[in-house]
Amino acid sequence: MRALDVLRFAVAAALGNRLRTLLSMLAMGIGVAAVIVLTALGDGARHFVIDQFSSLGTNLVIVLPGRTQTGGFSPANAVTSTPRDLTLDDARAIGRAQAVLRVAPVSVGSAEITAGGRLRETVVVGTTAEYLDVRHFELAQGRFLPEEDWAHGSPVMVIGGKVRRELFGAEPAVGRLVRVGDRRFRIIGVLSTSGIGLGMNTDELAFVPVSTAQQLFNTNSLFRILVEARHRDSIELAKAQARDVIKARHEGEEDVTVITQDAVLATFDRVLGTLTLGVAGIAAISLAVAGILVMNVMLVSVTQRTGEIGLLKALGASEGAIRRAFLTEAALLSAAGGVLGFVIGQAGAATIRYLYPTYPAFAPDWAVLAGLGTSIVTGLVFGVLPARRAARMDPVLALAKR
Amino acid sequence: MAGAEQIELTAVERVFQLGDSQVHALRAVDLSIAAGEYVAVMGPSGSGKSTLLNILGLLDRPNAGTYRLEGRDVTTLAPQEQARVRSQRIGFVFQSFHLVPRLTAAENVALPLMLAGIGAKERNARVMRALQDYGIADRAEHRPDQLSGGQRQRVAIARSTIMQPALILADEPTGNLDRATGDDVVHLLEALNARGVTLIVVTHDPAIGARARRRVAMEDGVIVRDTRGAELATSP
Repeated sequence: MRALDVLRFAVAAALGNRLRTLLSMLAMGIGVAAVIVLTALGDGARHFVIDQFSSLGTNLVIVLPGRTQTGGFSPANAVTSTPRDLTLDDARAIGRAQAVLRVAPVSVGSAEITAGGRLRETVVVGTTAEYLDVRHFELAQGRFLPEEDWAHGSPVMVIGGKVRRELFGAEPAVGRLVRVGDRRFRIIGVLSTSGIGLGMNTDELAFVPVSTAQQLFNTNSLFRILVEARHRDSIELAKAQARDVIKARHEGEEDVTVITQDAVLATFDRVLGTLTLGVAGIAAISLAVAGILVMNVMLVSVTQRTGEIGLLKALGASEGAIRRAFLTEAALLSAAGGVLGFVIGQAGAATIRYLYPTYPAFAPDWAVLAGLGTSIVTGLVFGVLPARRAARMDPVLALAKR
Repeated sequence: MAGAEQIELTAVERVFQLGDSQVHALRAVDLSIAAGEYVAVMGPSGSGKSTLLNILGLLDRPNAGTYRLEGRDVTTLAPQEQARVRSQRIGFVFQSFHLVPRLTAAENVALPLMLAGIGAKERNARVMRALQDYGIADRAEHRPDQLSGGQRQRVAIARSTIMQPALILADEPTGNLDRATGDDVVHLLEALNARGVTLIVVTHDPAIGARARRRVAMEDGVIVRDTRGAELATSP
């Protein structure tokens, strides 16, 4: 039998019982759609997080006080036994390293900001003018912290969008005075929304000069030192140099952790990538179930078409021809189901993207191909038994059954 | 003139296993049929006539004995070879027509051609000619459930001859038809025979059996009477 005729025969056979064909297609379709939607969710999460972290800025190296034992970034290990404080001098020293473009010391605490009659508990970040460039932030209004000697902290503040709304409502914020404790600050700028970075949403933060923050929170130590390397290629060098500087300044103790954005990204990438794979694996189980259903449907079909099979044999069809015809039918059902699932799955992912525009729910290509490929392979594997049964039928008995 | 026979069955036996017991469907059957003969195989139910037809049609294999078809020993052919011989040399006509319900009349007639790997264009030409010959060209696109019994059997006969076989095996071809339609069908088959195609009809209807030039009567797995032998016996 010619290949095209085998295909036509299989199509006619599939159309011969519409309900059965539709149900098999639906089973396969749901399996493939599940793979697509679930991997879209998983991979979307991965991209979402990575995109957010990308807003940290490139070429970023982060120095944390305390040594982590695992060698990987782990927020829980930020503080170990008797670490030395990171000081402004440490930050200045790092800033002089050859591979470093600029540094921004960061000190963090929580305080009540009062403005007019309103009061807001806010996370206050003490840093310097360099922070804006290191983090690649943008201002919506006004300007960022001024360039000045780090030891001298002017009484100025830059706030995030949500803080502005909650303290000032619809009124302009720049130029207004706020109070923190017994200090007064003038608002000189409002940051535009940039999403989540380093776990803090800038909309809800207030930035003041670092030395002011240290006075506010009565500490000499820094939360972090952000370092921007000169180029992408000098990131590793900047990392090494920062480590060396601190080591020299801390009497040979390497009691800091220096991480790059890459390491953070890599960890998230790995975790969420594994999650996506796991989810795809679970969805693939439903594909296996669909394959069993296709086998069942084909077995029933073979039983119902016993007379037809006997006839085909009488007309001179070889066992191979009959086997091929039924295998093609199984593969066809699976492929059609796979395509149906592809359409449903992509529609589902598109719906998620429509409902949650910031969530990049795209099914990765490997998942789509794996889903479609698995559906066809499953159909073929589970079509073998029915096809063999059809091919091995005794023609005399088969014809007598009519 | 044994060499000129188209079909030669020698000492053919067929035994079926039914649970614990054995059923001897055919016992030591000897039968020779020349090309172009018109033979009716008759007998009561269980006489073995259908089994004989199945063996002649290479749908079944004897347990003992030999079957020579057109001088070739086909007793122990592999299934693939059997299929090929069936495709090229043998045509079947069944009592219940055995048309594929989801295919049109034309597609049903085209089945043997398609199975033999013949291309669509040539197929369509041959099928249309065959449908015209049998007077059902206007029914080409109808499905079997839209055809009368007589039309269905015509489609079946057209299908059985589309590959221009050397012999036609008909198992109770008029069993599901009324008398008038049955007559039509028999006439069609006889016209085929007139063109040189060997026609072997299994029937329990004596009227049909009477029309054949040779009658073979079977009982309990053996041939009890063969009018050709009788002719030979009475010829000078």
